[in-house]
Formats: sequence, structure tokens, C-alpha cells
Amino acid sequence: MPATLAPPTTAIARPLPTAEPTRPAHVAVRALAKSYRTGSDPVPVLRGVDFAVAPGEMVSIVGQSGSGKSTLLHLMGLLDSPDIGEVTLRGERIDDLPERARDRLRNHVFGYVFQFYHLLPELDVLENVLAPLMIRDGFFAYLRNRKAYREQAEAIVARVGLSHRVRHKPKQLSGGEMQRTAIARALVTKPEVLLADEPTGNLDANTGAGILELLSELNRDDGLSIVFVTHDASLAARGHRTVKLVDGRVEEAD
Amino acid sequence: MYKLLLCLRYLRTRYIALASIISVTLGVATMIVVNSVMAGFGDEMRQKIHGLLADVVIETRTLDGVPDVDRLYEVARGVAGDDIAAITATVELPALISFKYAGEYVTSPVKLIGIDPAEKADVSPLVEHLESFGPTDGPTGDTVPAERVAGQPPSWQLTDSALKRRRDRYARQALMAARTRSHVAADTAPAEISAPNWGTADDTTESVRTDSVQTADIADPFAAEAVTDPFPTGEPVTPVDPAAPLDARVFVGAGLISFPYPDPETGETRTHWYKRPGDDIKLSTVTSGRPPETCHLNATIVDVFESGMSEYDSMLVYCNIEELQRVRHMFDDATGEATVTALQLRLKDYDRSDEVVARLRAAFPPGQYDVRTWEQKQGPLLAAVEVESTILNVLLFLIIAVAGFGILAIFFMIVVEKTRDIGILKALGAGSRGVMSIFLLYGLGLGLVGAGVGSALGLTFVAYINEISDFITLVTGRDVFPETIYYFPEIPTHVHPAMVVWVSLGAIGIAVLASVLPARRAAALRPVEALRYE
Repeated sequence: MPATLAPPTTAIARPLPTAEPTRPAHVAVRALAKSYRTGSDPVPVLRGVDFAVAPGEMVSIVGQSGSGKSTLLHLMGLLDSPDIGEVTLRGERIDDLPERARDRLRNHVFGYVFQFYHLLPELDVLENVLAPLMIRDGFFAYLRNRKAYREQAEAIVARVGLSHRVRHKPKQLSGGEMQRTAIARALVTKPEVLLADEPTGNLDANTGAGILELLSELNRDDGLSIVFVTHDASLAARGHRTVKLVDGRVEEAD
Repeated sequence: MYKLLLCLRYLRTRYIALASIISVTLGVATMIVVNSVMAGFGDEMRQKIHGLLADVVIETRTLDGVPDVDRLYEVARGVAGDDIAAITATVELPALISFKYAGEYVTSPVKLIGIDPAEKADVSPLVEHLESFGPTDGPTGDTVPAERVAGQPPSWQLTDSALKRRRDRYARQALMAARTRSHVAADTAPAEISAPNWGTADDTTESVRTDSVQTADIADPFAAEAVTDPFPTGEPVTPVDPAAPLDARVFVGAGLISFPYPDPETGETRTHWYKRPGDDIKLSTVTSGRPPETCHLNATIVDVFESGMSEYDSMLVYCNIEELQRVRHMFDDATGEATVTALQLRLKDYDRSDEVVARLRAAFPPGQYDVRTWEQKQGPLLAAVEVESTILNVLLFLIIAVAGFGILAIFFMIVVEKTRDIGILKALGAGSRGVMSIFLLYGLGLGLVGAGVGSALGLTFVAYINEISDFITLVTGRDVFPETIYYFPEIPTHVHPAMVVWVSLGAIGIAVLASVLPARRAAALRPVEALRYE
């Protein structure tokens, strides 16, 4: 890929495990290993990954199928727990926190966008976007804050360009619209880190580019740290930096 | 909040789950209908069983009885005076009733109870069961108004119609006797005595046959006029009214002196009476002497009672207590006071019966007296009704439990189907408890809907049960609730609100319980597992 396409912010610290970072890492993983058990034999997926994301950085992860990209993302986002190694948020270890604290972190700190959108089919666009806020608050707290939340959600839906679709169910939306809804849902909690697992994987090139444009915009305007997984080299280049995973190990490729 | 929203959405969109609670709905509806009808039957039954029984009865263990009624009253009132609303002394003993009908003797064992009718009526409902206090069906199908006024206490006086029946009968007998005598005078051949006359009218023949048995001495007063007394006592002979009722008077249970038979022409069931008020019957019992000896008394039927409880209607004969005491020699040797064998009590508040019985038992030595409530006297019968109801409830609740397993299976299916959604929720920060409560709430929602619809269905069915039974009768042409079998003109129902609440709570509880396992499974899913597969 042409190096000229890389954004100019190359001065950002490299995630060297031993080096003192010039800026503290926002989210970092250290010596991360994870294996899945298929049948009786454990299949290693990650074999010691060291990787850090600086605040406001947009990092792409590339790699072949089965190289552990999604697993890395899941471990960073506390959707799963590592066998070995640790995940830190602003230098504090978070992967060994009690379950409820991790639930809270998932809700407050991380935003997720998945390849298959993962919207709740029973809820319409606005309700899907509101879901994380409903989860955050108890019943009465939510009722109290309902109006503010609603405005917040509507603003974000407008920002992803779906104002005309708020009352539609996911079934009635196109793939791009669903992914925009998913992004709106990830953003409504005002997260610090957005984790996107092949956000364009199921979309045609145009729509995919549009989605990534949206992510770049969020990164630029809101200073959101973004980690996204992609297969597409041209899309990967939209990140400040690309991390290549080969067989569960980082093979940095810039 | 998301829990409620999602579970409401699931309720609205997963019709398969609604199908699973149809069984809950039907179970609840069935339980309510069955319980209401059983309660209705039970209440009617209890009322009928209680019927002529007093709330509490103190019985002596011998038939000789105990003297000094006033002292017994004092003792009873002394220990439980505040609770006793009315009290009466009675004589209760086994006896035989016999009378002649169509040339044959009809004999039945009975329980003979000597009472003071006014006092007895105060202790337990008697007036409402006596025939002469209510309108009756006349011979031609028309309704004959009540012969006695409702407020009047029952007494041993015969009604006008009973007296008339009696006079008519004696008039016929006198006529017959006169004719027979003239025949005998005209022709001494005995073969001709009966033939021409006894065949004239069936009715007359029957009366003569029946009554000549017990009243042979009275039936011949006209002959007595002609014969001079062989043992003159010097006192003036007062003319005897042959139609006057006997000293012993009885109220007889309808089942003892009647039987139902279906009219071959119309198919209707009619009651045929052996005897009517104004007729005489014979009672055989034992004296109170030692050893007891048999004794007999002839009595005039004053009234017929029908309580609806066949055990009473075909077992009980009420007699005037003074006459019974006289015939049985129930007098204390020392004082000559009349003795009684039982005290019947009516309580002001039957709920306190246990305490009253306990106090009375303490006051009346158990070796000599037996103190029981009517429920204890009829224990096995009431227990049978109770047991029946309990077993039915257990069986029906099993239906709902089976429905619970249906919910369990369908919930597991829904959890599997919703695995991805569970993963999403967890990724968005929902805790295991939150996910679990979605499915518990879902179970609760299904239970509420099932129990609610079931209750509504059941209560509607109960409210229109007689219309429904009429409709089924109309459609099938078969009477589903024949009055001749159940003794009730329509299906009695009694809805206990507490029963409805308990049944509903039970159904809701089962629905929630059935959702616990699937909900736990859903909660235990790790988000990444739930999300990994597409």
C-alpha cells in the first residue's frame, strides 16, 4: 500500500513493550495469551501479544483469518478474559476486576461495533441506540433521565445520518444503515475507546468507505481512541497505524 | 429498564411462548371452575348435613338418661353460658317404625327423638323443613298454600286438613263397620261378609285394612255403646271421639313414608305416599328399665319433614318427649323426675365450637357423657367431601405443573434463539443478573398473562355455568345436571376469592420457577461465546 496515504501523525509512540512510552497508553495489553478449547486439545489463538493504543489514536489490526484479531479485540474490550497476560486502561489493570466492575467498564468506557451489526431485532433504531443507557441506569434513574437520554440519542442518530429511520426495526434497514445504528449505539454512552470488529466486513466497498469515513471523523473531531479490525488493506491504511497479527503474534506493519 | 422493555417486546413478539401458557391458562381456568363447583356443592352439602343437627350435642352413654334437666342446663350454661344461644333436652334412641300398607307391613329402623318442638326449632332449623309450613303440590298439580304461618312455632297440633283426613277415614270405617254388622245380622254365612263390600272401592278397602290393625279397639266404639261395661267403675263414661289424634304425635321424615316412582306415562318422577299427616303409625323401642324390654306406642303423624339430606329424611322420627318418657318409664326412681338422654345446643358463634366443646367436656364427665359438634358426629361424611376436594386439587395442580415443564422447554428454546441478543446485552454492559432477570421477568409476565386470562375464563365459566349446562343439554339432548341425581335445581357454585388468588399465585409461581433454569443458563453465557457464531 502507498505509504503516502498514512496520516501524518506518525510521531505517536510505538508500542514497544520495554520502551517507556512518551505518552501513556490508553488501552494496552501485555503478554496476552488465549487459547480456545475445541474438543480436548487447546488451540492457541494469541501467543503473547503486546500492544498499546494511545489516547486519540486510530489503530487498524490486520491479519489472516484465525490470526486472533477478533480475539484480541474481545480481550481488550473485556468481552472475554485472557489465559495469560493483562489488559490495562490508563495503566490500571482491568481484566481481573470483579464481574460487575467489568460490566460497568464495558458500558462506560468501551463502545463496540461488530461485523454483523448485532442489533436487537425487537427494538427500533432509537431503542437500540438507547439500550446501553437503559442498561446503565436503574429503572427509576432511567425514567428520570429519559428526556435527556432521548435527545442525546436523537442527536447521535442524526449525526450518523439516520434521522429519517428512528422508528424502523433493524429488519427494515439496509446493511449500511444497520452499521450506522450500531455505531450510534456505541457512541451514545460517550465511550473513550471504540472497538470495531470488521465494521465493513459485510458491506459493499462504497458503504464500507462511508462507515470508515465516519469513524475517522469521530476520531478526529471527538478524540476517540479507535481500534478496528479489517481485511481490507486500503481501509486499514485509514488508521494512524496498522498492527499485523500473524499466528497470534504482533508483526508490526506500518 | 431494558429488562422490562425487552421482556415486554418478547411477550409481544414470541407467540410460541404464549402458546406455552395456554396450558397454564386452561389449568387455572379448570381449577377455578372445579373449585368453585366443589365449594358450591360442599357448602350445600354442609348445610344439608348440618340441617336438622344441633351445633353441639351432649349425649348420655346409656339410653336410661339422666334426671334433673334444669341442673344440666345450669351446668352447661355455667361453663359456656356466653356462647350458648339456645338449648333443649331430648331423648334419642333407636326404634322401629312400622305401618301397614296395601296389606303388607312396612318396617324400617329409625332414630326416635323426643323433642319439645318449639325449643327444638330454636336450636336447629326445623320449621323450614316441615311440610305444613310451606306450600305443597296439590293432587291435581296446583299449589296448595302453606297451612301454617311461618312465624308460628311448630307444635303437635294437627292441621285442619290432617284432622279432616282423619275424620273422613273414621267416618268411612264406621260406615263399613255398620254395614258389616247389618250383613252379619242378615246372613250368618261368614263367606259373604266381606266379598260384596270390600270390593266396592279400593280406597276405602285400604283404609280399613290399614287402620283396623292398630286401632281395632277404637274402631269399634259403636259396638261399645251397645254393650254394657262388664266392670263398672262408677265413673261416668265419657264418649270418646274416635277421630281424635293419639297421645303420641310424630314428625316423620319424608323418606320413611314415601317413595319416588317414575310415572310410566309422562316419565316424570312422582312421590307416592304410604302415609300422610293424620294417619297413625306404630313405633317399637325399648324401655329404660333394667333389663330393657321392648315397648310399643302408636302415634299420629302430625307433619312430614324433608331436609334434603336423605340420611335424615329416611332415619329420623321426632316424637313428643313427654309421651316418649311416659311410655319408656323414663323417670328417676328416687325423685320421679323425667330423664333425658341428650342436650342439644345452638351456639352464638360456631367458630368457637372447639372451645365450647372443650369446656363442656370438662364439665360433663366423659364416662357418662359424650360431647360432640355436628361436624364430629358426621365426621366421615365431611371428611370424604374434604378428601375428594383435596385430591382433585392435587391432580389439577399437576396439570399446571406439567404446563410448567412446557414453559421450561420453550424457554430453553428461546434462550438458545436469543443467545446472540444476550451477548449483545452483555457487550453493552448488562450484568449476568440483568440478563437473568429479563428471563425471570419474562416467565413472570407469561405467568401473569396465563393466570389472568385463566382466571377471567374460569370466573366467566362459573358465572354462566348453568347457561352452559343448559346449552350442552340442548345440543346433546342429554341432561348434564339431572336434578333427580344431585338434588339441586341448578349447579351450585361458590367462588372463594382467596382460592382464585392462590390458584393464580400458584400458576405464576410455576411459570417463574420454570424460567429459572433457562434464565440461569442465559446469565451464565459469556458475551464472546454468545457473539462468536453467526
